Amino acid sequence: MSTLLPLAIVFTLGCYGFASALVLVRLMRGPRAQDRVFALDLLYLHALLVMLVLGIAHHSDVYFEAALLIALFSFVSSSALAKFILRGEVIE
Amino acid sequence: MTAAIPAWAETAVALLLVSSGIFVVISAVGFVRLSDFFLRMHPPSLAYTFGSWCVTLAASIYFSATESRAVLHPWLIPVTLAMTVPVTTLLLARVALFRRRSAGAADTPPPLGPRPGS
Repeated sequence: MSTLLPLAIVFTLGCYGFASALVLVRLMRGPRAQDRVFALDLLYLHALLVMLVLGIAHHSDVYFEAALLIALFSFVSSSALAKFILRGEVIE
Repeated sequence: MTAAIPAWAETAVALLLVSSGIFVVISAVGFVRLSDFFLRMHPPSLAYTFGSWCVTLAASIYFSATESRAVLHPWLIPVTLAMTVPVTTLLLARVALFRRRSAGAADTPPPLGPRPGS
């Protein structure tokens, strides 16, 4: 087996790490609350993609379920935060 | 990284992974550098669509080639994202519009439809 796939996996994980650092800058600096919520949602997406790539790297199916859970939690947390900013309550 | 995989599948998986990483970096750079929230909402859609599609296709090809059967369950991830991300994005856009309106920004469009009081 050649070293092409491990190299690609390392490069992709590095790209995700760099992108997460950039999004973290926006999370720290974001002028308004909605910028921070959106940055958090994007960080969830990066974690999901990292899980999928790790599933390829370790040849395991377990990571897929973690990725699906992260997708669902990202939706719940971001919509709850957006609702809270909009109305001051999550469930009225 | 111990399973045997044909060379064409390995090349395809590597290319898809690398392109997904590049898409995600482009979207993150746009997210940091653009100036306004409504401008800033656009680059992440690149990561939400092309980034996740490339990784999903790579995982599908990889597991199909190593296990010699069609592995389609990774496509649940883009389907889930396609259902949930527009809802979140629309809610955040409404949050931004509402907060600009209540802060009295001059260039904010008025609400659509008749006002409840008038």
